[in-house]
Amino acid sequence: MPLALETVSLQRRFGGIVATNDVSLKVEKGARHALIGPNGAGKTTIINLLTGVLRPTSGRVLLEGEDITAVKAHRRVELGLARTFQINQLFADLTPLETIGLAVSERLGFGNDWWRLVGSKGEVIDEVVHILDQFGLADVMDARTAVLPYGKQRLLEIALAIACKPRVLLLDEPAAGVPEHERHDILAAVAALPKDVTVLLIEHDMDLVFSFADRISVLVNGALFVEGKPAEVARDPRVKAVYLGEAADA
Amino acid sequence: MSAHSTKTVSHHLATRARWHPLEILFWLGAFSTIWLLPGKHLILTEIVILGLFALSLDLILGYAGIISLGHAAFFGFGAYVAGLLGKYEIIGEPFLALIVSGLAASALGFVSSFLVLRGSDLTRLMVTLGVALVLRELANRYSDITGGADGLQGIVINPLFGQFRFDMFGHTSFYYSLGVLFVLFLLARRIVNSPFGLSLRAVKGNPLRASAIGISVNRRLVAVYTLAAGYAGIAGALLTQTQAFASLAYFDFDRSADLLLVLIIGGTGYLYGGLIGAVIFKVMQDYLSTLTPQYWPFWIGLLLVVIVLVGRERMTNWTAPIRSFIDRLDWRMRAARE
Amino acid sequence: MLTILFDGIAYGMLLFVLACGLAVTLGLMNFVNLAHGAFAMAGGYVTVVLVNNLGVPFFASLPLAFIVSALIGFVFERSLYVHVYRKPHLDQVLFTIGLVFMAVAAVDYVMGSSQVYVRLPDYLQGRFEVFGVGVGRYRLLIIVICGLLTLALQLILSRTRFGARLRAAVDDERVARGLGINVNRVFALTFAVGSGLAGLGGALGIEMLGLDPAFPLKFMIYFLIVVTVGGTSSITGPFIASLLLGIGDVAGKYYVPKLGAFVIYTIMIVVLIWRPHGLFARTAAR
Repeated sequence: MPLALETVSLQRRFGGIVATNDVSLKVEKGARHALIGPNGAGKTTIINLLTGVLRPTSGRVLLEGEDITAVKAHRRVELGLARTFQINQLFADLTPLETIGLAVSERLGFGNDWWRLVGSKGEVIDEVVHILDQFGLADVMDARTAVLPYGKQRLLEIALAIACKPRVLLLDEPAAGVPEHERHDILAAVAALPKDVTVLLIEHDMDLVFSFADRISVLVNGALFVEGKPAEVARDPRVKAVYLGEAADA
Repeated sequence: MSAHSTKTVSHHLATRARWHPLEILFWLGAFSTIWLLPGKHLILTEIVILGLFALSLDLILGYAGIISLGHAAFFGFGAYVAGLLGKYEIIGEPFLALIVSGLAASALGFVSSFLVLRGSDLTRLMVTLGVALVLRELANRYSDITGGADGLQGIVINPLFGQFRFDMFGHTSFYYSLGVLFVLFLLARRIVNSPFGLSLRAVKGNPLRASAIGISVNRRLVAVYTLAAGYAGIAGALLTQTQAFASLAYFDFDRSADLLLVLIIGGTGYLYGGLIGAVIFKVMQDYLSTLTPQYWPFWIGLLLVVIVLVGRERMTNWTAPIRSFIDRLDWRMRAARE
Repeated sequence: MLTILFDGIAYGMLLFVLACGLAVTLGLMNFVNLAHGAFAMAGGYVTVVLVNNLGVPFFASLPLAFIVSALIGFVFERSLYVHVYRKPHLDQVLFTIGLVFMAVAAVDYVMGSSQVYVRLPDYLQGRFEVFGVGVGRYRLLIIVICGLLTLALQLILSRTRFGARLRAAVDDERVARGLGINVNRVFALTFAVGSGLAGLGGALGIEMLGLDPAFPLKFMIYFLIVVTVGGTSSITGPFIASLLLGIGDVAGKYYVPKLGAFVIYTIMIVVLIWRPHGLFARTAAR
């Protein structure tokens, strides 16, 4: 079974700083794989490298066995890789309807259409409404994204990635900044993701991580530190030390 | 199952694209000047051409977020191509020459778009400025063909479609320009309300996210830049054809700067800004140049400084009561409310 | 040919003195000041008035050109520019274009629209031979003055505390503020000095570049090219870019007169295709 996502000795330097240090990550097909680590470990950098926002200094990125290291970011979406952002990256002036509609149109190949009017393709609308329903956004579908409450915006952020029908989904701290009473929706949405979609999750919320993941990789100072099943990682004293700061050389 | 049927959602999305009653009023008013203001056709033609030029800038500035300091490059290029086609009798019929000029300007836009896309905002400013300057230099150097600093003279413009002579009262010029503007406007309106247009708004608002959902940002920007260049080229060609003259001044930075002001006055991102701004600007220019013919740039500069200091958003706040009145007029919205 | 090189270097160094204020302003506050040329023009006209009308010796007028331009820059910065720092780039562009138009029209009104000249002292006119190379006296002076200025700037940046604060603020404004550096004061001072240098450059450049009310508009593209090609993260970038441009322009106009002006634009386009963020961009390629 080919790996859904793999990196081979991935390295990224910024001047003298090594943000990503020889990372060889393996994500199985259909996995619920979590990437955790202390702040500044370089988790978002890895996501940026995987999606093509950043070019690696050396090393390779493989999607379902294919080398996509040189592939442009928007092309990777076509190949089945999508992501969410830690800080919402949405289109402030567009409505959720337009936003999701954009992703679906793009995927179905209508994105370049300059003659048809938006909203004239029934199949696109059907799918968009379905996704909005799924994420509980149907009641706000016509509101400008900028005026939506943060929780709804976060749901839109995830819905937008899902609308690309990815085979591999990268979630960057989906629950980040979401107020308590709205967290449930986010967690439910993450749990409801289709089983055939491979998910790589970055999170700080350990409850979410342990309830969701079937495999955990710990990233420290840009390098993979410990990997394994959740129970193993939870028991590992080195992981506890890294998180609680009781490092051997402190 | 959803409470929203596909039909109602479709209908709702398409609301944006349906003609607002004020739009219809605007165009009725525009066309009525053919009969209501027969003595003003010359200046009306200039307003129409400026409006088309501003519309082309709105496409890249208001819809794609590209700040250009040299949009006059395409205007001037189209103007000179049309002039040369006419002067050396390469293409006799004006409308055909117009199309060719527009295509030529588009080609130039396409080629320069790759430079415009690279680098930061500052690089973009520079590149756009540079292209306009290079073209001006070229036109200046090859003065045996282009007339150099004296401008391109002795252009003979044949009757439009072989039938309609360009008279000295500007009647033919006005019908011609207004017709061209209307057709191009319809096309632009269609485009901005299409999925392509929606993707442009996304690219302008958040290019990072646009690329993260599969939109090829660069390709969209190249496409809209090419289109806008074509529109600007057609505007330039119209000016040459209606005045039988083309000058190096068409490439000047002043022209690009005035254009920015026109668009800022009218507002960006809704297509009518350039047209409304053109009317206001030309009327202002007419009035002020009788007062201070030489120092009119001073007042333009002052206006720009004041607009920025006051804040462009505050300017739109002043028009808010007008806009809510407009919304109440909107028969499309009324249907949705019922 | 060496004369061309010499003239090109003189031209380039003059461009550097004119443009370095713009480079630092852009790097420091990410502010696109298209009106930079207006300060140069101010310095130039100050010298013209002092030398031609008031009989002040040329050398004495130079520091005055610097001071007046620096003062104008300081006043404008504190009263007008501060309000525009946080605005989007488009607004900054519109604002500074507005200022340029006002400056050009105002100077046109007060000084007239024709080109002005300044009477150079006799010992600065003409040229002499050095190993068979024709060396213009005035150009030599420019190279000496601009060279000293560049050295002084480099020393200030690298050896003084102010320089360290400036470099920190350029590198990361928020962190600099967090460290207690009064970024506003750094900027006000830098803007003033940058404008002063522009004024000095404008005064020195009357002989070589010409001076008329349209100066800021004519030379805007040159300053922009220096800053874009040279980058804004150091002084060496714009310095080398200026020399490149100066030599390129002079050589181009001499060897290929028909296309002379295009040499600069071609250099600019080639550099931008190769390195979109300037020759010396700090950020590594994406």
